[in-house]
Amino acid sequence: MTANLIEIVSILAAALAVSFGAIGPALAEGRAVAAAMDAIARQPEAAGTLSRTLFVGLAMIETMAIYTLVIALLVLFANPFV
Amino acid sequence: MDNPLSLEPLFHLGPVPITAPVVVTWAIMLALGLFAALATRRLSLTPGKLQTVLELLVTTVDSQIRDTMQRDPAPFRALIGSIFLFVLIANWSALIPGIEPPTAHLETDAALALVVLAATIAYGIAGRGLGGYLATFAEPSWVMIPLNVVEQITRTFSLIVRLFGNVMSGVFVVGIVLSLAGLFVPIPLMALDLLTGAVQAYIFAVLATVFIGAAVGESHGPAGQDQKDLPR
Repeated sequence: MTANLIEIVSILAAALAVSFGAIGPALAEGRAVAAAMDAIARQPEAAGTLSRTLFVGLAMIETMAIYTLVIALLVLFANPFV
Repeated sequence: MDNPLSLEPLFHLGPVPITAPVVVTWAIMLALGLFAALATRRLSLTPGKLQTVLELLVTTVDSQIRDTMQRDPAPFRALIGSIFLFVLIANWSALIPGIEPPTAHLETDAALALVVLAATIAYGIAGRGLGGYLATFAEPSWVMIPLNVVEQITRTFSLIVRLFGNVMSGVFVVGIVLSLAGLFVPIPLMALDLLTGAVQAYIFAVLATVFIGAAVGESHGPAGQDQKDLPR
């Protein structure tokens, strides 16, 4: 069974893209949640507003990871060179 | 595993291939339109349960638009509210067995984002005039013209990819987990999808509001009278 070299490279590239692309958003989400926890601990009555804003911000940060996922899927399923 | 980027046509309507997302989209449009027409047929000053829910929805959309744009929400209510409701129902349509959300395909998201782009340009021209709208591209100085033009395209593209990626990845992950594990294991992931779908619908509507608000510019009048006691 001889797999095409481009397919092997594509799968490696997809794995690399998702693994390294997830690092930045993961760190950023950690910082955002930590800051929100800190703010809720200081001011519990603002928890509703804070968590709503936190959800929207997390979704925005998560979008960066989603972009790499889309790139990985493009490489896997819609690769122009295969 | 299905390719998430390509679509098989369900049937052909003359020369036009009709795919599943198109059918679901039209079904959602029909359902929303019929529901809105039936629900607002007998409006009264002492609202019943349904009318109270609808009024709550409209006032929430209004207050969000007013908070973001600092101007009267009436001209934007129909567009922003429809976009929000459509994306929300489309994201949650996966709850019905056998239906895949149409927003999990690139084409639906591209259509929605193009609606937002066209609305941005139309509201900008209506608000400032053609010359005034074009002048905003040269805003801090004329050096920024290429960047501002590119920004219009990239933010539309990111609007497409954000909605597509989030909804599609949810569908994809549920499919993978379902193929690995049994019947009840994907349920928490599907619950997470509901949250993601709601948040993404909200973000899509808010970003559309922000883009349109930036195009029409700062308001010169008072931003409405009931702004003082809004829950923030």
